[in-house]
Amino acid sequence: MHRLGLAARTMIAGQTTGSEDILVHGVAAVCDPLGGLYLPETGTLVVSDLHLEKGAAFARRGMMLPPYDTIATLNILAAVIARYDPKMVISLGDNFHDRKGSEHLPADLRALIGDLARGRDWIWINGNHDPDGTTDLPGTCTDELVYGGLVFRHEPSLISGKGEIAGHLHPSATVRRREKSVRRACFASDGHRLLMPAFGVLAGGLDLRHKAMQGLFRHDTLIAHLLGRDRIYSVRYGNLLG
Amino acid sequence: MDLVETPSSGREAATLPRPFLKWFAEKGWAPRAHQLELLGRAQGGENMLLIAPTGAGKTLAGFLPSLTDLVQRGKIPPGSAFTGIHTLYISPLKALTVDIERNLMKPVTEMGLPVTVENRTGDTPQSKRQRQKLNPPDILLTTPEQVALLLANKEAERFFKDLKYVVLDELHSLVTSKRGHLLSLGLARLRKHAPKMQTIGLSATVADPMDLQRWLVPQGENPAPPAGLVHVTGGAAPDITILGTETRIPWSGHVSTYAIPEVYEEIRRHKTTLIFVNTRFQAELLFQTLWTINEDNLPIALHHGSLDASQRRKVEAAMADNRLRAVVATSTLDMGIDWGDIDLVVHVGAPKGASRLAQRIGRANHRMDEPSKAILVPANRFEVMECQAALDANYLGAQDTPPVGEGALDVLAQHVLGMACAEPFDPLALYDEITSASPYATLSWEMFERIVDFVATGGYALRSYERYAKIRKMEDGRWRVSNPQIAQQYRMNLGTIVEAAELNVRLVKRNAKGTLGRGGMSLGKVEEYFLEQLVHGDTFLFAGKVLRFEGIRENECLVSNAFSLDPKIPAYAGGKFPLTTYLADQVRAMLAEPERRANLPDQVRDWLSIQLERSMLPKKDELLIETFPRGKRFFMIAYCFEGRLAHQTLGMLLTRRLERLGARPLGFVATDYSLAIWGLNDIGAMIADGSLSLSDLFDEDMLGDDLEAWLDESYMLKRTFRNCAVISGLIERRHPGKEKTGRQVTVSTDLIYDVLRSHEPDHVLLEATRRDAASGLLDIGRLGDMLARIKGHITHRDLDRVSPLAVPIMLEIGKENVPGEAHDAVLQEAADELIAEAMG
Repeated sequence: MHRLGLAARTMIAGQTTGSEDILVHGVAAVCDPLGGLYLPETGTLVVSDLHLEKGAAFARRGMMLPPYDTIATLNILAAVIARYDPKMVISLGDNFHDRKGSEHLPADLRALIGDLARGRDWIWINGNHDPDGTTDLPGTCTDELVYGGLVFRHEPSLISGKGEIAGHLHPSATVRRREKSVRRACFASDGHRLLMPAFGVLAGGLDLRHKAMQGLFRHDTLIAHLLGRDRIYSVRYGNLLG
Repeated sequence: MDLVETPSSGREAATLPRPFLKWFAEKGWAPRAHQLELLGRAQGGENMLLIAPTGAGKTLAGFLPSLTDLVQRGKIPPGSAFTGIHTLYISPLKALTVDIERNLMKPVTEMGLPVTVENRTGDTPQSKRQRQKLNPPDILLTTPEQVALLLANKEAERFFKDLKYVVLDELHSLVTSKRGHLLSLGLARLRKHAPKMQTIGLSATVADPMDLQRWLVPQGENPAPPAGLVHVTGGAAPDITILGTETRIPWSGHVSTYAIPEVYEEIRRHKTTLIFVNTRFQAELLFQTLWTINEDNLPIALHHGSLDASQRRKVEAAMADNRLRAVVATSTLDMGIDWGDIDLVVHVGAPKGASRLAQRIGRANHRMDEPSKAILVPANRFEVMECQAALDANYLGAQDTPPVGEGALDVLAQHVLGMACAEPFDPLALYDEITSASPYATLSWEMFERIVDFVATGGYALRSYERYAKIRKMEDGRWRVSNPQIAQQYRMNLGTIVEAAELNVRLVKRNAKGTLGRGGMSLGKVEEYFLEQLVHGDTFLFAGKVLRFEGIRENECLVSNAFSLDPKIPAYAGGKFPLTTYLADQVRAMLAEPERRANLPDQVRDWLSIQLERSMLPKKDELLIETFPRGKRFFMIAYCFEGRLAHQTLGMLLTRRLERLGARPLGFVATDYSLAIWGLNDIGAMIADGSLSLSDLFDEDMLGDDLEAWLDESYMLKRTFRNCAVISGLIERRHPGKEKTGRQVTVSTDLIYDVLRSHEPDHVLLEATRRDAASGLLDIGRLGDMLARIKGHITHRDLDRVSPLAVPIMLEIGKENVPGEAHDAVLQEAADELIAEAMG
């Protein structure tokens, strides 16, 4: 996974590379190749679908996935926080993979989140995997947040998406050139709403052309911002493979 | 018929009990010598291996010891104490157990023997399985997976305590796979329940019978004497020819379409022709092309593993009733089921292995005293040599079946959990039992402990899953399952065959409004990764039709009839067998020794003699490297003859090295015979001025760091990891209560692989993956052997233009893709289009 390596390099060098500046509902935003969205006007960093403790959630059901997903995800989060030093971090829901996740979080990982949150506001938006909020962690839990001209919620609204930043669907997109196709997680925005890629290292993706995405975007202005090895690649919806 | 001398138990030919003698006499038959020898020696207490060609009465021979023993025992009076099964028959194919039941019931009924016979497969209804546990038949016909299931049951000991014989059919094909590993562990456990049990293996000819003789008996610290061998050779020598053609033999390719009119003529001339090909793609293309010239409307059918099961059954039934004139088939028809009267086998494409060819030819004419008739149809010039080599091999009886190999670790993990489900296990006792199975004879105690730890909590250095452990150590040191649900999970996920995610293909029609209709015929299954490459409107060949890809709806791939003759053809990865080491040797010998080229067609001999003028032909142990410019590129061709997989791995490694040396390589392509690499710098000149040394380039040290570095990114390793993760039980195929969808993406194994590699690269499952890859997709073992062999034997020819021998691989360039290393360059190109659009 290239984000693991990229995060390590960022921690050492600290440079900002390959991000893409866009506008969502008139608000300036930076799509970062590590999977975070930075809003410079309010100094806010948005990440979505961390799915922390996914390994442990599976272990509880008898599938012993590697117990390293939480630390790996938090390392990438630490790198992107170090890059922007945001005033506020919004985690856009499915912060933990299941309801038991935050309660059973090992102490050292809990302390790591404490370090990351120190000196800044931290908002946990509740998701469908973790509707009850977090236990014993810094920050505030809420279902929805309206801030800086945007609305932040986990699941995209079917009624109005104007100025909405949402997660939940884990968008990914595929491009094909010269008989080779490449599939990557992506930010997706038509200028009105923006859908976040999943940030967790064990979170998979759903193609932007999947029917679950239908009706969310104006296809003529929709652009997928794909997470490349060390930069963002922006591709118009019509040029994607479906 | 010759019997090979082997040490025996003293009791030679047995006499048959009266009902058997009478039955044979009524049929006008006589029991064959090998049948009686096997019976006698089994009665003398030996484990036995019978190697015989098809049509030699192998199955009856295998069952005679148990049938005669059961006759002696007589019927069990009602009201007696529980009696477990007497004989276990295990075959690799479900269909074969059904076939055998029919064949076995015939003599049993006709002789009126007091013997009950039943089969048990994945298709057996639950009620019948329950009844079988309470009231077992004398002879149970089943598959390796069912044996594992029965052994993981709490009642296993009671069920198997009376077991006397285990008959293992098609043993040669079972032992080399992970199913064979699982079965070997099962046998070890059966011996614990029934210490006096004897094994009888039935096999086609193999390279090293002693491998199987040992496989059949306990190994470990005090190995038992190897199973006795009865080897029936002979039968009439097959009548094999290479298709003579007036047409030019193609330089490259795999499809042999040039020969189709001749093949069709042969079909017309014979009663029933079986046409074997190596891949599904070849099968599809050949079938379609045959029908375009099928003026007589001969009933010609298609049979391959991706087709819908009901369609396959229909073809098999038509075949058995002799209603077909020809069937185009892949390896799905390789194994020993009886299919009516086949009087000709056509093998299209090179056989890739001498033993595989012998097996397939054995399909024709099931009476061993008559010669089988076969025609080989090489697809290109190298294949002509390969066919000639295989043909020589068949006459010589040479065999190149793969060795049994070391037992896989993922299979071991699955078995350990199964044993805990049966009853709490003592680790020392289980270790002894496992190392008595021949594939696991060299398993270290340390590795065994790591596997037990893996089964319990995942085996991670970070010990955070103790409270979720699947198996737990009790105070007395034994291990038990944590809860009954674990056993249920085990049963649902058992087995070693991991199928790629597949989607059902459904043929739909467009209605007048242009929208897709519902319903329509199901054609079979196709791999998800193949569909990911398709865009709406792409056409491809499947189930004998040219289809148009319409899209994916829920779990189905929707297609419509394309009415086109020019499909965008599916290039199924895998499926192609690599050339065996044995045949590769023979082809090299043919190049080296002029007298061995005498039987080759003129076209091929001319080709080779021009090569000799322009460049050279390598000696048997020599590696010929040619370099030449073409277009704006410089090419390097290595004629290794080690099979496509090893060449692919070599290509990956060499491109990395050439990159470092400044040769600016751009790409490579691998065939079974050679490897071509091209780049921007003149490799020939670099060799001449000493800036590049071929012996350094081909040094064995490439299997060290370069290999490791490449494995980091290799998609092939991820595919191997997926199989290991599923078989070892890390990932479930099915979870209790969630059985309904076949395509249940719970979590991507690619992502798990990345996380595990970055945090615990020494994890036991990664080790299992590397071991598998080394022998499987990457063929590192073979590559290593070659690098050692060619040391000091590399000959370089710097040419001013392409050589005749290089033409076949040059024609492959652009046709075949180097699979998968996904490149950001592709993203870059797509993004550039957006930029051009914005700026333009």
